[in-house]
Amino acid sequence: MTVSAASDRSLLVSFGAAISPEAQRQVTRLTHALDGVRGILNLHPAFVSVLIDFDPRLRTHAEVEALVRRTGSAGGLAAGESKTEPTRLVEIPVVYGGAGGPDLEDVARHAHLSPDEVVALHSSAEYEVAFVGFSTCFPYLSGLPGALATPRLTAPRKHVPAGSVAIGGAQAGVYPLASPGGWRLIGRTPLRLFDPAGEPPALLRMGDRVHFVRVAEAGF
Amino acid sequence: MNWLRILSAGMLTTVQDLGRFGWAHHGVSASGAADPLALRAGNLLVGNAENAAALEMTLVGAEFAFEQDAIIALTGSDFGAGLPLWRPVEIAARQSLRCGASQSGARAYLCIRGGIAAPKSMGSASVHVMTGVGGRPLRKGDVLAVGNDAVRRPRSAANFPQRWQPRTLLRATPGPQAAWFAGELFGADYCVAEESNRMGLRLRGPSIPSPAGQMITEGVALGAVQVPPDGQPIVLFVEHQTTGGYPKPANVISADFWKLGQLRPRDTVRFESVTIEQALDLLREQEEWLYSL
Repeated sequence: MTVSAASDRSLLVSFGAAISPEAQRQVTRLTHALDGVRGILNLHPAFVSVLIDFDPRLRTHAEVEALVRRTGSAGGLAAGESKTEPTRLVEIPVVYGGAGGPDLEDVARHAHLSPDEVVALHSSAEYEVAFVGFSTCFPYLSGLPGALATPRLTAPRKHVPAGSVAIGGAQAGVYPLASPGGWRLIGRTPLRLFDPAGEPPALLRMGDRVHFVRVAEAGF
Repeated sequence: MNWLRILSAGMLTTVQDLGRFGWAHHGVSASGAADPLALRAGNLLVGNAENAAALEMTLVGAEFAFEQDAIIALTGSDFGAGLPLWRPVEIAARQSLRCGASQSGARAYLCIRGGIAAPKSMGSASVHVMTGVGGRPLRKGDVLAVGNDAVRRPRSAANFPQRWQPRTLLRATPGPQAAWFAGELFGADYCVAEESNRMGLRLRGPSIPSPAGQMITEGVALGAVQVPPDGQPIVLFVEHQTTGGYPKPANVISADFWKLGQLRPRDTVRFESVTIEQALDLLREQEEWLYSL
């Protein structure tokens, strides 16, 4: 674990230089352990790191670092885990290919598979929400079958519709809002992943397990 | 109940407090006032808690009608309202207040004694413009309730310290990938691009070689200066993404966040490197000024 100042009001805690299930566990644990602690304003978990924003009037960098290191010790670990929310299983219906999945053929070609085989693989895997982030409420999913890993587009699309089910490198994801984006779009879900009136507005939370379920048609 | 009616909405007028904290791990950044110093000072001047909801105007101001007597303070930039700034002002019932085009920086705040009684979403009344969390920008005809949340007597006038100007000098501490850069950001002139918004300030100037593509996506802080492959820096602002994959040579200091909110398109900015200790000293000086109001 390395801890460094990212700004005059934040620390970046990193659990290694490579994406791994162990790093993901550490990220989840630290995020849950520090959620709601006085003086900690925001937690930004990612693949192997957590950015911690704090109120510099209430906490110093050294105090927050000490808090982080205590959380990593045996005593803090138990306290952290007791705050972990139970994992949920969320099923996401997907219409694969067609207008909502313009890159399905490209992903199939890249994987030397047929589009149907891509869909079968994608919808049989179990994913886990590694973290929720990016521009707004974007769930980064780990668990994509290795054969389906596909490089991002060299030029991002200006408009990706909300609900687009996508592959970016070795990660899977779903666009909760219409936005620009460079991931490969293989289908689209009618499920609403973002509700501005919801608390939280994101349907998916860090640690949720996710299944994609193929459906024939959905009213978008 | 006391009301405030929007007669014209200006370019972009929103309800803002100091932001929505504790939701970054659900992918929602804090939002909040673009110039938090002006919002806090305005609230303190009219006797509110510093986090009370107020109105943020952008470049071209709005026109308001007051249903009842009110005590207000206009802070931030001069939008030509014909009232003194940075002091409590009494407004009589059925009077109106018209703000025009900015004569200085990008934003002005209308703080009203009692606060704006806007519904809170996730603990904050702040509108997150890009996503609609917390509501939408104000429109002509909107009616806002004035709250009852004053906590002390109105204060006398504040003198905004001129030594904190100009808004175009941005002090910054090293970012997480500072070692990947050779200090190219500092000392050069950068122009604020038109397409800047509450998500980010896009700068145009000398291209900075960016080692983008070597990074694993990580959390990003308010004021982070990120350099995408085109070499043109972006300063992440109040509605910033919560994570990002571009390297960050620097991070604007907390004491200069107010300047980010006052930068307007075509301003020319410069970055100056400071240490964390210097940044915290500058923040303390600013907090002392607020305490003195």
